Amino acid sequence: FRLSSLIGHISTCPSLIGQCCQRHPGSVDEFQEELVIRPLHSGDIYASFQFRTLWDTDFLQEGQKVSHYRLFPKSLGQVLSKFSVRELHISFTQGFWRTMQWGQPFIPSPPGAELWVWFHDTVSDVDGNWKELTNVLSGIFCASLNFIDLTNTVQPSASFKPLGLGNATDHRFLRYATLPREIVCTENLTPWKKLLPCGSKAGLAVLLKSEKLFHSSFHSQAVHIRPVCQDEQCTSKAWELRQTLNVVFDLYTAGQGKKAFRSSIYLNCGKTGELFELSPATPLLSQAVVLGDRRTYSVFDLTRAETFGQLRSLNLLLRWKGDGGEMLRPLLHAERYVAGFGLQTGEIHTVIYNNHPYRAFPVLLMDSVPWYLQLYIHTLTVTSKSRDNKPSYIHYQPAKDRHRPHLLEMLIQLPPHSMTEVTVQFERALLKWTEYTPDPNHGFYVGSSVVSALVPSMVAMSTNFTQDQPLFSSFVPVKEESSYFVRVYTEPLLVNLPTPDFSMPYNVICLTCTVVAVGYGSFYNLLTRTFQVDEPSLPLAKRLANLIRRIRGVPLLT
Amino acid sequence: MAALQLEKQRGRYAALAIAAVVIVVGIPLWWKTTETYRAWLPFSEISELDSLQVHALRPSSRQNHVCDSIGSAMIYNRVFDKADLSLHMLSESSCGSVVVYVIPESSTLLPEDVKVYVGQRRTALLRSPPFKTSWNLKEVLSNLDVEVEQVVSTMSFGHQDIVAALSNRVRMTKVTKESMADSMRAIKSSPGYEITFSLLNPDPKSHSLHWDIEGAVQSYIQPLLNKLAPIANFSVDSQILYYAVLGVNPRFDNSVSAYTLSADSLSHVINPVEARLGSNAASSNPVLNFLLYVPDAHHSPLFIRDHSKRKVPSNAFHSPRWGGIMVYNVNEMYGPEAERPVDININMAKVMGVFLAQLRLMLGVQHTHPPTGFVLQSPGSAGLADWELDRLLWSRSVENIATASTTITSLAQLLDQIGNIVINDNIAQQVSSAVTSLQSAVAELEAGNLAFALQYSREAILASERAFFDPSLLHLLYFPDDQKFAIYIPLFLPMCVPIVLSLLKIVSEAKKRRADKQAKSD
Repeated sequence: FRLSSLIGHISTCPSLIGQCCQRHPGSVDEFQEELVIRPLHSGDIYASFQFRTLWDTDFLQEGQKVSHYRLFPKSLGQVLSKFSVRELHISFTQGFWRTMQWGQPFIPSPPGAELWVWFHDTVSDVDGNWKELTNVLSGIFCASLNFIDLTNTVQPSASFKPLGLGNATDHRFLRYATLPREIVCTENLTPWKKLLPCGSKAGLAVLLKSEKLFHSSFHSQAVHIRPVCQDEQCTSKAWELRQTLNVVFDLYTAGQGKKAFRSSIYLNCGKTGELFELSPATPLLSQAVVLGDRRTYSVFDLTRAETFGQLRSLNLLLRWKGDGGEMLRPLLHAERYVAGFGLQTGEIHTVIYNNHPYRAFPVLLMDSVPWYLQLYIHTLTVTSKSRDNKPSYIHYQPAKDRHRPHLLEMLIQLPPHSMTEVTVQFERALLKWTEYTPDPNHGFYVGSSVVSALVPSMVAMSTNFTQDQPLFSSFVPVKEESSYFVRVYTEPLLVNLPTPDFSMPYNVICLTCTVVAVGYGSFYNLLTRTFQVDEPSLPLAKRLANLIRRIRGVPLLT
Repeated sequence: MAALQLEKQRGRYAALAIAAVVIVVGIPLWWKTTETYRAWLPFSEISELDSLQVHALRPSSRQNHVCDSIGSAMIYNRVFDKADLSLHMLSESSCGSVVVYVIPESSTLLPEDVKVYVGQRRTALLRSPPFKTSWNLKEVLSNLDVEVEQVVSTMSFGHQDIVAALSNRVRMTKVTKESMADSMRAIKSSPGYEITFSLLNPDPKSHSLHWDIEGAVQSYIQPLLNKLAPIANFSVDSQILYYAVLGVNPRFDNSVSAYTLSADSLSHVINPVEARLGSNAASSNPVLNFLLYVPDAHHSPLFIRDHSKRKVPSNAFHSPRWGGIMVYNVNEMYGPEAERPVDININMAKVMGVFLAQLRLMLGVQHTHPPTGFVLQSPGSAGLADWELDRLLWSRSVENIATASTTITSLAQLLDQIGNIVINDNIAQQVSSAVTSLQSAVAELEAGNLAFALQYSREAILASERAFFDPSLLHLLYFPDDQKFAIYIPLFLPMCVPIVLSLLKIVSEAKKRRADKQAKSD
């Protein structure tokens, strides 16, 4: 039996919801926050914070500048209007999400930093805007996003569709980049917290203590901005800023003492609630269908006084009952590794698993490989169940050295209950000596590949998005009942490139100079030496005899 | 023996030939290939900038049509501020000039004790001192000289303005404390400014604040900014910050049963707040912050006290070149039993009055101290009279010219001193365009075209800064000569030593031969 206690401390609520729902002439903003706690089968605790700011305004209106901010952060609003951004998604992740052990996350993200932006279609210089935008964002989030340039930016044709309003399909206005090497730490969390209307002073955000958050197995923080419908009729646009933070706490190390408080805490009780006991019990139960799975959640609405009872604090206690049942295996899962030996060639293997017992479904695989791994696209093979599986759509954009990475997008049909392997060979390029990173022997990262799919659902999905849904289930709009959208990121790769000795240029200069000097010296010597005939000198015996003769005063020998 | 001599001679020629090849071909080749590219810069013109002199023309154009126009203006307008307008219509005075109308001593247009009336535009009415009827026009005018001079010095820029505009650049001795404070308060000249209004609500649980910032900006700030449009681009935005607190804990004062902030502690207020304000990520223009702080329910009312321990009537203070903070107490607007949070509408007229005054200070609209007998008309809704705008244009142009010329001269000096810096063509082009813009700015200023002068001076600043901060200047800066020679030594030393030695040998042999010859001839 393992025990974990989630202690809640109440300080009186910020009452922002009350305040912000008041109608200001012209525009309305609204703030909502929630925390979902899901005990994982591995024994870890998955906590997912979501903060949503809705603002009924339009940044991209012609001629009218939005300049008066209330709940929406000013710094982001200015960026949106200056760079004509239609949609912006940015995530910083430390650690790797273990899909097979933990199931699907509510909002997936690759290790390191990921940024994808849809620009408005009035933008003429998309690349210029993108460059400036990454620089500005790197300042806002204290991250090295300024290292995003044309060599690691791609324009995926199908994998990243806008999640918000408007069906832009022209991928010229989309930019996607990842920085798999980015290390996420408190300096990224602080500016992220600053974007919340109350900072870390009130609401669920008081729980975000960096010493706890970064002492965890997985940490991911993200900002998603998109235009959404203001109401059911969708007559006007509203902007949604969704800040999410997902953490997986290791029970053994984190132990206890997570503080909770707020607006809603959803606790995943499993299907029947038999897995563990919960105290205090809550009268509010809510059912939600997320990622093709219907679950019951106990809801603690922290804006209500009765949630806290007499103590004015909320203690949640979960008591595990034994080992727990069989975990529902994720239907879609992907892995990636690099094979081969030596420093010349190699092979990238991407393995995609379809765990559905009887349904086949298509997936979109997107790979962005840096130019210094030169892909041999003719070696691309896709096999499932040891048979050739021909992709029905391939979009390949070859790399240009020092200008553009490879982009490979494929639509692959996954047979039921199968393993599909995608392999492609590559050759490692030789870099110029200034192009190596400061720690070249560590290796070079290749970003995660992205598998996006509509996975057939076991239960009917709710397509009625007008009803009041919890935040964690409403991020990706569900279009049909029978399937749900999933995005899976594989591991990033670490590839060794042939690395020279970096003192080499100086050694080469010195050695060449020495060789030239030696050659020059002998040549010079040969040219300027004067030759003259010399009389042969006496043999040694005669010279010795002469020495004795000189002492004796006898005439010398010649 | 002859063969030996011949052989030696051949060796000498070979050594000389090699030395000649090294000197004639090798050294220029090496020099040429390792040379840093340095484009031509107009050094002589830049050094002229160093001792730049602006022969500025003071706007003192004299109008001779005195009587008729005044008469007609008087007929239609008994009230003098209307007369100002119709006089303005009468002769459209151009930017940078001042028109002084002289009215007879007995005129009833101005009240009895008023000698000079300065209008909202570029006109002034001057009551003429008594004169004899026998004087001709010239004598009358010369009689007026002193008064006209006084009017012009009030409405136009004088020595103090120059000092203020240049105080950043030039150290001057004759600076009064007040003009120094003025110049330090005003934010540096820049092509654009971001004005940010922030409402600080440290206690959203008890106060739910509403401010109609959009309307207030439209009606109070925008007229001034429209007026200032020739000087810079302004952008205005606002935000509300929750749970933002001041950096100091106000002290409770029993005598007034209120919390007070003393003048000494004000300097500690800004820094902690500033972390929450956020900078404007989308532009690099300087930001002017205006904060409206509503103290939380437990710390109200809150008053600011000045150095002499008196309550500041506006309950606001400003920080030079940063912005202003106003404390707005709301505790009297609701009773103790009111339901929390209390909805409070902020009186924007009161707030904007304070912020507008602070904004004028920050923008460098200086106080004028008119001599007695002068009446200045209040600037009206725009918040700025035309002649004040002219003064501002003038001082901004002078400041820009000073900034740009110091930037360019110091860049030229730097490039002159460090021979290792690469000067690309684009930098040379920026420098020369900055120099030409500077020259035309000075010329326009001398001709009195203030708008053009400001525009040219702004161009000069932009070009000079772009040249100064160009990253390509730094490429070879950290590649010093001694390291370069350390790398060359394995080649240079073995090559040069035999050449030098054989040259020395040849020279010494030649000397010896000459000595021998001399000895022989002796």
